[in-house]
Amino acid sequence: MPDRKVSPPIKDAIDYHISLKKPEIFKLDNGVTVYNIHAGTERVVQLEWVFKAGNWYEKKNNVAAAANFLLKNGTTKHNAYEINEYVDFYGAYLNRTCYNETASITLHCLSHHLEQLLPMVREILTDAVLPDQELQIFKQNMKQKLSVNLRKCDFVAGRKIDALLFGEKHPYGIYSELADYDALNREELLEHYHHYYRNGHCIVFSAGILPDNYAVLMNQYFGDLPLNTRLLEEVEHDIVKDPQQKWNILNDPDGVQAAIRIARPFPTRKHPDFPKVQVLNAVFGGFFGSRLMTNIREDKGYTYGIYSFLVNHIHAGAWMISTEAGRDVAAATVNEVYHEMQQLREKPVDQEELLLVKNYLIGTLLGDLDGPFQIIGRWKNLILNDLDDSFFYHSVDTIKTIGAKELQELANQYLQPDQFHELVVV
Amino acid sequence: MIKFERFQLSNGLKVLVHTDTSTPMAVVNVLYDVGARDEDPSQTGFAHLFEHLMFGGSVNVPDYDEPLQVAGGENNAYTTNDLTNYYCQLPAENIETAFWLESDRMLSLAFSKKSLDVQRKVVCEEFKEHYINKPYGDVWHLMRELAYKEHPYRWMTIGKELSHIENAKLEDVKRFFFKHYTPCNAILVVAGNISLERTKELTEKWFGDIPSGEKYNRQLPQEAVQNEERRMTVHRKVPMDAFYKTWKMCGRMDADYYATDLLSDILGGGASSRLYQSLVKEQQLFTAINCYHFGSLDRGLFTIEGQLVKGVPIEKAEAAVEAELEKVRSMPPASRELEKVKNKTESVMAFEDMSVMNRAGSLAFYELLGDGELMNQEHERYRNVQAADIHRIAQQMLTPQNSNTLYYLAAQD
Repeated sequence: MPDRKVSPPIKDAIDYHISLKKPEIFKLDNGVTVYNIHAGTERVVQLEWVFKAGNWYEKKNNVAAAANFLLKNGTTKHNAYEINEYVDFYGAYLNRTCYNETASITLHCLSHHLEQLLPMVREILTDAVLPDQELQIFKQNMKQKLSVNLRKCDFVAGRKIDALLFGEKHPYGIYSELADYDALNREELLEHYHHYYRNGHCIVFSAGILPDNYAVLMNQYFGDLPLNTRLLEEVEHDIVKDPQQKWNILNDPDGVQAAIRIARPFPTRKHPDFPKVQVLNAVFGGFFGSRLMTNIREDKGYTYGIYSFLVNHIHAGAWMISTEAGRDVAAATVNEVYHEMQQLREKPVDQEELLLVKNYLIGTLLGDLDGPFQIIGRWKNLILNDLDDSFFYHSVDTIKTIGAKELQELANQYLQPDQFHELVVV
Repeated sequence: MIKFERFQLSNGLKVLVHTDTSTPMAVVNVLYDVGARDEDPSQTGFAHLFEHLMFGGSVNVPDYDEPLQVAGGENNAYTTNDLTNYYCQLPAENIETAFWLESDRMLSLAFSKKSLDVQRKVVCEEFKEHYINKPYGDVWHLMRELAYKEHPYRWMTIGKELSHIENAKLEDVKRFFFKHYTPCNAILVVAGNISLERTKELTEKWFGDIPSGEKYNRQLPQEAVQNEERRMTVHRKVPMDAFYKTWKMCGRMDADYYATDLLSDILGGGASSRLYQSLVKEQQLFTAINCYHFGSLDRGLFTIEGQLVKGVPIEKAEAAVEAELEKVRSMPPASRELEKVKNKTESVMAFEDMSVMNRAGSLAFYELLGDGELMNQEHERYRNVQAADIHRIAQQMLTPQNSNTLYYLAAQD
C-alpha cells in the first residue's frame, strides 16, 4: 500500500536543462532567408511565408487584412474554387493571416505532397488578381460577421481596450466599423499586394519532415521572385493613450455577464524587465494556479476563468487582465483584481508558491518545445523581434533565479491601479 | 501506426501504454465511461459539473492542481454526451506524481461542501458565457429537444437548465462518483517517455488497491426511428437569420459511419466543398455554411448550419440547400471528389497524431469503442469507402421524415 498522504519525490523542473534546437538556415538566390527545423515523428510539414505586410503598412483601415484574405481567391490561371480544390485534393491546408507588422501564408501538408503544392503558393505570390467579385463577397460576409460580433460583450471589450491603450488610429488600437468595409476598393488592395507581397519582404519558417531536396525546391519556386530587393520603409505610428481611465459600456441591456479588461502599457521583449515580469505575471494571473484564478474563480466562483498576460507586439506592449464575470459580481471582480495587485505590492511571494510557479513555467516550457512546429514557432517570435536564442536562454535563467524581493519591487513599479485602464462592458 | 501494449489490473482497470522516447514528456490520460447521456433527466449537466469537482481535492490529497504544477505538469478535462476524459502532461521523470493524483481521485473524492458551492457557481458562469450571453447560444438546446424525444442526447452536456446545476446536492455527487468513477468503468492510457515495465509497476502500486466497483450497466432509452418531418421557428435578438437542419445518422460503431463522415466533408468540409461553393460563393445566399456531425457513439445528428445573407428569405435559402442535397441523393460523388475527402481525412489524422497527448486521448477513445487497435484501422476503413456507399447513405439518411429544421430568425427591433 503506497502512502497516499505523501507526494512522490520529484525532480524540480528548474533543475532541467532546457535547450532550443537551432534551425537550419539557408538563403534563396534572391536573398530570402529560410529557417527550418527538420524533426518530428509524423511525415508532415508546415511552411510559413511571412511578409512585412500587416496593418502597420496599410494606408487605409482593413486594406492589409482584405488583401491578405483575398490572396488565394483567384489568379490569372485559377479561380478561388480551383485553388481551394487543388489544395484540398492533397489534404493540405493553405491559410493566410494578417497581423500588425506581418502577414503570412501558411501551408500544412503531408511531406510527400509538398512538391505538388509549392507551385500553387508561387502562383498566388506572383499572380493573384484579388477579383472584385470576391472582394464584394468578402465585404458582405465581414460586415455580417461584425454585426454578430458586436452583440458579444467580450468582442466589444477586446477592441475597446486596445483602442484605449494605443489610440484608435494606431495599428494596434484601430478597429473596424461597418463603413470601413464599404470603403474598400480593389485598386488599393492591388497596390498593397504588389508592394508588400509581390515585391515585398519575406522570411520563410518551416518545420517537420522536409524532403531531401527541400532547399532546391524552395529555390526553384521562390528564388527568382523579386522579393527583398527594395528597402523596407520605416513607418512610425504615434501611440495616443486615452486620457479617461475608467470606462463602463452598456452593450446589451439584457446581458447576464460583463466583459472586464484591465490593462496598462508595458514595454516590449527588449526591455530588461520583460522576462522578470513574465514570472510575476504567472504568479498574478498567468495560469490556472495563479492568484487571480485561485481567488476569483476557485474561491468565489465569480467567473469561469480569469487570466492576465503580456501583450507582445513588436513595437509596444501591454499588460492585461481579462475575464467574463457574472453581471452582478462585476464590480466585486474588479475590486478583487486590485486587491491581488495590492497583495503582490505589499507582501513578498512565499518560497513554496514561487517554486511552484517556477516549476510550472519550466515544465510547461519543456512541453511547449515538444515538436517541430512548436520549436519553429519560438524561433519565428525571436527572429521577427530581432532577437536570438540568447533571449530565450536569458528568459529561462530568469525563471530559475528570480527571487521574491525582486518580484515585489516589480509589483510596486508596475501593478499600480492608477496606471491601468479599467473597462467593463455589459 | 501507433504501437501500444495493454494489460488489466485485477480490479478491472484497463491500461494501455504507448512508449515514445522522442519526447521528454509523459502523459497520463484517464477516461471514464460516463457522459451526459447517463444523467437523470431531472439532474442534467451533472457529468460535467462533476468533472469540475474532480479538481476539488481527493480523499488523501487536498488539492489536485498544486502538486501537479509543482511537478511541472499541466492538465485539463472535458465532458461530452458520451464520456469524460482527464489528461495531464508533465516531464517524464515526474510521472509518478500523476499516478498518485489520478489514483487518489479514483479512490475517493474529498466531497467538500465548499468545492461544490464554488463549482456550482463557476459552471453557472460557464453556462452563461457560452450559452446565454452569446448570440445563437441556445441553438443546440433547441435542436436537441427537437431531434430527440427519448434518448438523453436531448440535452446538452452543460445541462438543460441552470436550476439543475444550482440544485445539485452533495449526496448526489457521492452517488454519482461511486457509480461511475471506478476502475472497472475507466481506461488508463500512459504515453510518452515511459516503458511498459515502469508503467506496470506504477499502475500496480497506485491503482492496484482501489476497489473494483460495479460495472455500470448502461440502459438508455432508445430513440424510435423518426418518421415525421420536424420544424421549429424561433425569433431571437440576433442580427442575422440562421438555418439549422439535422438528420439522424448512424452510431460511431456502425459500418456506415465512415461513408457518412466523408459525405459531410463532401457537402461542407472547407472552401472547396459543395455547399460553400454553391451557396456562399455562387448564389450568395449564405455568408457561412457548414456540414458536420459530432461523432456520437449512439445515433447522432448529421448537421447543416448556415448564416443567411441579410435580406434572403429563409425559405429560399433552404430550397437552395435542398437542391444541393438532391444532387448527392441522385448521383454518387465523382472519384476525384471522393479521393479528395479521403486525402483530407488522412492528413487530419496525421496532424492529430503529432502530439503525444492526442495519441493518448485517441487510444483511450478507441479502447472505449472496444479496442485501441481500431485507431490503426481507421485509415483503412476510410480508404475502403466506395462512391456507391455515400450515394446510398445520402438517399437513406437525407430524407424529409428523418429531418429536423430550425429557423433561427432575427427578431424585429
